[in-house]
Amino acid sequence: MTVRKENIKKRSGTHRKSHRCDVISIALRLAVNLAAVTTAAVLIFIIVYILINGIPYISADLFAWKYNSENVSMMPAIVNTIYMIALALLFSVPVGIGSAIYLTEYAKRGNKIAACVKLTAETLSGIPSIVYGLFGQLFFVKYLHMGLSLISGALTLAIMILPLIMRTTEEALVAVPDSYREGSFGLGAGKLRTVFSVVLPSAVPGIISGVILAIGRIVGESAALIFTAGTVAEAATSLLSSARTLAVHMYALSDEGLYLNQTYATAVILLVIVIFINALSEYTAKLLGGKTRNG
Amino acid sequence: MSVVFLLCACISVCAVALICFFLFVNGIPAIKEIGLLNFISGTEWRPANNVYGIFPMIVGSAYVTAGALLLGVPVGILTAAFMAYFCPARLYKPLKTAINLMAGIPSVVYGFFGLVVMVPFIRHNFGGRGMSVLAASLLLGIMILPTIISVSETSILAVPKNYYEGGLALGASHERSVFFTVLPAAKSGIFAGVVLGVGRAVGETMAVMMVAGNQPVIPQKLTNGVRTLTTNIVMEMGYATDLHRRALIATAIVLFIFILIINISFSIIKMRSDK
Repeated sequence: MTVRKENIKKRSGTHRKSHRCDVISIALRLAVNLAAVTTAAVLIFIIVYILINGIPYISADLFAWKYNSENVSMMPAIVNTIYMIALALLFSVPVGIGSAIYLTEYAKRGNKIAACVKLTAETLSGIPSIVYGLFGQLFFVKYLHMGLSLISGALTLAIMILPLIMRTTEEALVAVPDSYREGSFGLGAGKLRTVFSVVLPSAVPGIISGVILAIGRIVGESAALIFTAGTVAEAATSLLSSARTLAVHMYALSDEGLYLNQTYATAVILLVIVIFINALSEYTAKLLGGKTRNG
Repeated sequence: MSVVFLLCACISVCAVALICFFLFVNGIPAIKEIGLLNFISGTEWRPANNVYGIFPMIVGSAYVTAGALLLGVPVGILTAAFMAYFCPARLYKPLKTAINLMAGIPSVVYGFFGLVVMVPFIRHNFGGRGMSVLAASLLLGIMILPTIISVSETSILAVPKNYYEGGLALGASHERSVFFTVLPAAKSGIFAGVVLGVGRAVGETMAVMMVAGNQPVIPQKLTNGVRTLTTNIVMEMGYATDLHRRALIATAIVLFIFILIINISFSIIKMRSDK
């Protein structure tokens, strides 16, 4: 960030003017501006197109509690999405935070296990969601006999978001100054107490922004859920009932091809949720002091 | 208590081990039964006749990924350069927000957009059914943009400022300094971003399935339908049984190995660029 600001400040007009007739410079400037405009235009086009076609079809009916073929309500799917988020986070957040604590507070430099954990976490974050879906079906659905269910889907997603939670928590823990730890030790606190009452609380905003990103991934996920949580369009009544989330619901509607307008409306709701989640994650990132999540 | 943390840390190791174990145990017998060569290089996929060759899908994945890179890489790198060195200060934040949002849009939404906008557009202007290599490439090109932009921007910003200043001091214009001193210095980081983009494109499933047409044949034209490794799994997993089902799992193994190779190259490139 700071480097960039300096770039802008120092770029006084003088050297730009002196090269006005340099064709290559002009072409490069044009290309760069064109690319940025293209990127922004594509995103704006996608969002505006979906909003224009979808908003007129958002009606109270679409939020009715019951789904049937006359009224393809998305309310059950929204409820399922919330269940799915809660369950996946329930499994993933404690494990992710625990792993990050191990990696930053307990593992010594050059620790083989820590290196192995980091490597596998990186591997996990690169695996495509369809492979997770297939694995979830082979392991949770078939091998553990959980069937196509909320719990199979949530466990699959929990593994999927684990590397994200681990990485963001680790970054947040590393950012806690060592003087905090030293101060705590100096006051006679043990290792565990230091971790839980000094280090973790100062890392909370970082952890929360990781959790928000994870929620975003869960909301948008479809390929991993079709074969683990199934596509039943009812609100789940137990952990073992099959349940489609909003993204899967949208895919199913689009696939059936009979409910184009309702598909647009569902897309609008999904977009609004994603925009809200992104704004929230940017807000928490701001609390961290201008750190961006890609930085 | 440290044991508890250690156990937590081991869960990700266990997860990777389990994923490998379950994929390989279920998929390897199918590869053996079909024959590795027949499976990888067979050009026909006819589950009804027990003919399982995934070569068309490998080619399909390669085509749409190449197409996505052709569109996504130039735009992505130029946008990254714009954000690092050309962007007016007040435009920076909205653009950054837009790119983060682009990364967050669910793939079904992208797929649906492709289905209702790109597919009819291609059908009217280029002929064919619209669901095509072209549609999938275009859509994937858009979807990998945020990955390429954010990784490239980070590596462009990591180049020491005196490279840029040195360029200026030698009389180069702002644009020339950025493109001929800063970008070359950031090339391994940018390349890492491209490789990550390849991983995204190869692994993308739902969006591709909605716009690609999914015929298991090697496409001859840009407007022909195409099936990728990922869509092969999603299309048929719902009803497949026996050998067909195991052949699909074997497809996932091939996909998994491709992704592993891509990720390992990403890590190596990134390690080099960090040095």
